[in-house]
Amino acid sequence: SGLGMFSTIICGFLSPLVVKRLPEHVQVDDPAVVKRLAKKLERQQIPLRSDYGYKVSLFSHLHQYSRKAPLTQLLSIPSTVIHPSIVRLGLQYSQGIVAGSNARSVALLHAFKQVIRDYTTPPNEELSRDLVNKLKPYISFLNQCRPLSASMGNAIKYIKKEISNIPSQCKEEEAKTKLLKCIDRYIEEKIVLAAKAISKYAIEKISDGDVILVYGCSSLVNHILCEAFEKSRKFRVIVVDSRPRLEGREALRRLVQRGISCTYVLISALSYILPEVSKVFLGAHALLANGYVMSRVGTSQIALVARTFNVPVLVCCETYKFCERVQTDSFVSNELDDPDDLMVTRKGKTQLENWQDVSSLGLLNLVYDVTPPDFVDLVITDLGMIPCTSVPVVLRVKNLDQ
Amino acid sequence: MPGADKETDLTERIEAFLADLKRGGSGTGPLRGSGEMARETTYLLRRITAQARWSSAGDLMEIIRNEGRRMTAAQPSETTVGNMVRRVLKIIREEYARSRGSSEETEQQESLHKLLTAGELSEENFRQHFVHLKANVIEAINELLTELDGTTDNIAMQALEHIHSNEVIMTVGRSRTVEAFLKDAARKRKFHVIVAECAPFCQGHEMATGLSKVGIETTVIADAAIFAVMSRVNKVIIGTQTVLANGGLRAVNGTHSVALAARHHSTPLIICAPMFKLSPQFPNEEDTFHKFVSPHEVLPFTAGSTLIENLFQCFILLRLFTKVSVTPEVINALSV
Repeated sequence: SGLGMFSTIICGFLSPLVVKRLPEHVQVDDPAVVKRLAKKLERQQIPLRSDYGYKVSLFSHLHQYSRKAPLTQLLSIPSTVIHPSIVRLGLQYSQGIVAGSNARSVALLHAFKQVIRDYTTPPNEELSRDLVNKLKPYISFLNQCRPLSASMGNAIKYIKKEISNIPSQCKEEEAKTKLLKCIDRYIEEKIVLAAKAISKYAIEKISDGDVILVYGCSSLVNHILCEAFEKSRKFRVIVVDSRPRLEGREALRRLVQRGISCTYVLISALSYILPEVSKVFLGAHALLANGYVMSRVGTSQIALVARTFNVPVLVCCETYKFCERVQTDSFVSNELDDPDDLMVTRKGKTQLENWQDVSSLGLLNLVYDVTPPDFVDLVITDLGMIPCTSVPVVLRVKNLDQ
Repeated sequence: MPGADKETDLTERIEAFLADLKRGGSGTGPLRGSGEMARETTYLLRRITAQARWSSAGDLMEIIRNEGRRMTAAQPSETTVGNMVRRVLKIIREEYARSRGSSEETEQQESLHKLLTAGELSEENFRQHFVHLKANVIEAINELLTELDGTTDNIAMQALEHIHSNEVIMTVGRSRTVEAFLKDAARKRKFHVIVAECAPFCQGHEMATGLSKVGIETTVIADAAIFAVMSRVNKVIIGTQTVLANGGLRAVNGTHSVALAARHHSTPLIICAPMFKLSPQFPNEEDTFHKFVSPHEVLPFTAGSTLIENLFQCFILLRLFTKVSVTPEVINALSV
């Protein structure tokens, strides 16, 4: 189509009801914004997390934290402002114990359920307004521990909407039960049932004798492969992994436990292994409104090389991860992980041990990257199998529903 | 007898070299870089020329061919050995022709004639004995050695023609030639280098520390981030293990992905390769040029405890070298 040339068209007008402000976590290089954030956090009594290490100039607008300095060290114990399950969740996020888009969303929702259970409306306050205000510092805290993912953002929007819609004459116990049920239904519909629906569609695409390539550890893709194996499809899997996270080992463990025969390679061996592959299944962190797929760093490389070898690339993504943001490169909005993860000790020697002392040396540990839609052949969602460019349509339909 | 001593000494040296070659396969032996390998091979060939017993050029070529075959059999992945043997054979042919007094042109005509007619003519061409042939050949080999010593500097001298200021250059893993190239350019220009670390051996780390010590702004990235940062890269400069006859490369694992990413972003790809890496071999089949090493670098045996019953179902691959497919689309400049 004629629009194929333009990856995005930026509209000059905005609907007056939707005022989008640039999020703080991509404006780290602006001192005014940083000051505003510090004041906000001070008001909410949440400590400010400081950046660590030399940041590559291309990414000076993003935060870069060290895992060795979690935010919880700066909190007083017990914290009077933040609910303990949120503190625990924040620590789990920043240390990487809870990782993966679905896992983080589900953990967040469970923590919020606990918060709602322990909540009591103060006198002369309405639950619908006060609870939302209570949640704001928690969300700032979690954001400081680790930037929120698109799926978490959508889940928080949903919860806030549900809370605001509680009628004022509703009694507290009733309101709380209603909210807990809403959250359970959200998890059930958007994550569990969506996974089942996606598996059903995806299994149609897996035939006997297939060699399937997967990258890293996507809970959805692992689920699909295990389901397909249960349904007696004969296939084998190639797990591609990359440093420094090495998440593929977890996927390897899960698949091998089920009895699926697997091959494990690092991402540099991709061009060797691709001629054997018949399909590539990728998970996604978010699907952006211009059709770009935001996923773990390395996904775009796999899609590129697969396209060169004419291997179909299928992205599996639930609709709750669809995002209205638009992005064309991996720089404007990304997450910088702890740069010390790139260090490695081989034969007793760590080459980059004193990288901080060398002023002209920087380490870059990206977490996400964006894949252009021309590399992706199909997106499998709970609404069906759609091409990458139909994402804005799905978003529009979802907005109409709401 | 002094002759016999010389011979045993020579065979000892050849055997020692072969043993080094066998051990040096995965980059862990004493002969590390291709440059050293080429130099050691040429020293050995010079010694063979000096100490072996031969009366005519044909004999010498036979001896060197045999030794060359044994050397390439010891370590098939080291193509520099074969290349240097071919260079020395060519030197011998040239010196022979010069001793015989025939000019360059007639020599070429004769070769074409030889190609068209039967091969028996070529047999007797190298049987004549010349007194000064040995000295001439050794002198020519010495010239070859000086040429070898100067290759890295020759390449580095061209650096300023290819790098302008405020550029972002990407490189992969560790190449001595590219390191010298970039360090030479850094004396006069300011630019930024992104080094892909090349797991699991992570030689990119060494390269990055070397470059940053001379004040070049260096960033180390993981292999997975190569496509993500490629949009901001102005040039990709890499080294290689061999340049094949069709212009393709036999380079370290992951170079193909870098080349494809560069092509997608229309980023020029420049290879720095000294002349002893040019090989007359063609990449015949997809699998002939791959070299595998033990997979325990990728997934250590200790990690298998989580996979105990099912480890036999799991194949782990670690590939050392790759073959990059055809060039004019992918490679833009070859700096030799």
